[in-house]
Amino acid sequence: MTLFGYRVPMMASLLVWCLAWEIVGRLDLVFLLPPFSDVLRAVVGLVQTPSWQGATLTTLRAFVTGMTLAIVIGVPLGVLMGRVRVADDLLGMWVNIFSSAPLSALVPVLMILFGFGERTIVAAVFLFAIWIIVLDTRAGVRHISPSLIEMARSYGATRRALYAKIILWAALPEILAGIRLGLIRGVKGVVIGQLLVSIIGYGALFETFSRNFRMAEFWALTIILFAFALLIAELIERAEAKVEYYAGARQ
Amino acid sequence: MAIGIRTGEEGSAGLASAPARSEAGGWRDRPILLRIISIVLFAMVWEIAGRIPVSFAFPTFLDTLAAFFGLIADGSLPMAYLSTLQPLLLGVVLSAFLGVGLGTICGLWRPGEWLVIPIFIVLQAAPVAAFIPMVTFVYGIGMTAKTLAVMILALPVIVLNTYKAVRNVNESLLVMCRSFLGTRWQVVEKIILPDASPVIFAGLRLGVAAGFVGVVLAELLITPTGIGDLITFHRSRADYAEMYATIASIIALSTLTLVALQWVEVRVFRPEKRGA
Amino acid sequence: MRTAVLRKEPSTIPAAVDTIVGVRGISKNYGNVEALRGIDLDFPRGKLTSLLGPSGCGKTTLLKIIAGLIEADAGTVTIDGKVVRAPGPERAFVFQDFALMPWATALRNVAFGLELRGRARTEREEIARHYLSEVGLAGFEDKYPHELSGGMRQRVGLARALSVDADVLLLDEPFSAVDEQNRRKFQEDLIRLRATQNKTFIFVTHSIEEAVYISDRIVLLSPRPGRVSQIIEPDIDRSGDPERIHRDKHYLDTVDEIWQGLRQYVE
Repeated sequence: MTLFGYRVPMMASLLVWCLAWEIVGRLDLVFLLPPFSDVLRAVVGLVQTPSWQGATLTTLRAFVTGMTLAIVIGVPLGVLMGRVRVADDLLGMWVNIFSSAPLSALVPVLMILFGFGERTIVAAVFLFAIWIIVLDTRAGVRHISPSLIEMARSYGATRRALYAKIILWAALPEILAGIRLGLIRGVKGVVIGQLLVSIIGYGALFETFSRNFRMAEFWALTIILFAFALLIAELIERAEAKVEYYAGARQ
Repeated sequence: MAIGIRTGEEGSAGLASAPARSEAGGWRDRPILLRIISIVLFAMVWEIAGRIPVSFAFPTFLDTLAAFFGLIADGSLPMAYLSTLQPLLLGVVLSAFLGVGLGTICGLWRPGEWLVIPIFIVLQAAPVAAFIPMVTFVYGIGMTAKTLAVMILALPVIVLNTYKAVRNVNESLLVMCRSFLGTRWQVVEKIILPDASPVIFAGLRLGVAAGFVGVVLAELLITPTGIGDLITFHRSRADYAEMYATIASIIALSTLTLVALQWVEVRVFRPEKRGA
Repeated sequence: MRTAVLRKEPSTIPAAVDTIVGVRGISKNYGNVEALRGIDLDFPRGKLTSLLGPSGCGKTTLLKIIAGLIEADAGTVTIDGKVVRAPGPERAFVFQDFALMPWATALRNVAFGLELRGRARTEREEIARHYLSEVGLAGFEDKYPHELSGGMRQRVGLARALSVDADVLLLDEPFSAVDEQNRRKFQEDLIRLRATQNKTFIFVTHSIEEAVYISDRIVLLSPRPGRVSQIIEPDIDRSGDPERIHRDKHYLDTVDEIWQGLRQYVE
């Protein structure tokens, strides 16, 4: 949007919303909504507490482990489905179902299979993130122009070289897009998992804050979480922008 | 998988378009036989894993199937669905109207875009599930809380898809309509909305999927009613077959709903795709 | 033997017998790029005039300014002496990329201009049917654009422009997205339509052969800035077999002559 001849970046309107939040909070209209400045103060206070640091460590560890598993298994699975017709026929339906199913219903199963601990959270992250990675990788591999593969064959590329030097690279834009969406789903997975298990990590903190109506801290934790999610999305998007030039050139 | 519908999908924080993809039901073009083979294989793997058993808490497929019919027979499953589907339907319908309306306005009107879209970009990328316990604390354990939980999850994706579709409408059709003397309203009614509708529908489907997540989550977290309660109840009694049957039923229902929505979309709204 | 009438300086064109579209002093800049500078042109009624030139000479920009789709920085466009600044019912546009609505049948696409003007459904569909058969697409009324070939799609675009009964048809490289065989057939049809429809055609193309083949007048534009460099009236006899024209010595000479004039811009 332009205002008085200046281009105002779109995300700048979030500042307006923060201001509105501050005013509503000051007026004490909704007791759930403390002033934004109080929340910011709570953020500063919160990050210094050992309980937050511990929770963050647990959460990050579970997130990174689950995501690594999802990527390490998801990308090869997607390549397999993109290249092998039978695998695609048999698995495609389930991947599609799970990519849009209410996976939160499966978390109780994870809880009884993996116990009320970190392993359940890792499994939840994995389960939330993997399907979209598989789908996008598969789409990327399917999009590769056949002449590119024929080119590699005609120059005598071995099977290994074909996958390592052509297929993986040609599908990279889609793979990265899948990983970005997977990361965002993974963040949701970690939060939903912890909320349901509710005795570890951020789930436990949320539980404490909302049960005791410590609203400033509740919102502070939410903001930290949101900022983390946006930061991850932004970082992957940067990486995506680097390969975007050839994603566009291929179409 | 059918390529061509841009769903944009969640968390595109910088509004970069995700690769073309249609989620849910992209495998429609497969012959029905393969799908049956795939289902049978899945059931067999489940059955074998249950027989080994992988875990004491992993019932066989046949046990789960039997439990499913048992739950229907004793009426607990239908009752649970009655309680779950009401807020789900209400929340999804409200989100659909609100989301498509808001998204269209933001796509057409720059100040609206500037003010509203960033909020939804944040909500889309962020784990809004964190709000659900709060909502249930405030609004109790009734219909309102569940409906709100559905809307919190469903609204962002509907708004953002509608907005992107309206914003990225085919430029050459706009010029065409103008050159044949279309008024501003005619451009919106006859070009922008029809051109945007595939992506809007994709957004609605994603919204429905998110709504299922929202309602189940609300029921699992706080509200002891409906499907979520049934899952928790059978878990607490270690009736694992019943628990798995309930979970499988909600996943199946969500999938069937999405497929049905796509079918309705093609049948009713997209005549040009019917024979294609 | 007839000779092509060549006029080097546009200002000396004798006032055409009957001018329908007048362009006076049109200039257009895109940022620092001067797309058009001081264009003065008269388009005679009932003739087919081509705007020909290498890419970047502003020919499409000029056509869209005449259509009222782009605003000029300076100068005026008149239709029958009246200044126009926006699209109007006396002009109809045929788009390079067809601009067909994928969700509408061929019939509805053709009738779309009339639909926007609020004409009754039966009435506009009757007119649309007529023009669909006029462009050789009778029987394709209920097909959707994706079921038609490129050439057929552009015929739908042409029928849409014909059905609003405008005096002036503006065609923006209509055949550039159509394969060679279809293009030939299409050009022949256009010659026939021009003879029967009694409309004024303004036609943008980058193909010299195409321009000479179909045009009564060819306006050569030179690039950077876009200006009128030459006006040519090929004066080719188009009665009888259109195939013959391609072997006509006069046709070949004119093509060569224009190429000699244009090649300086290519290097």
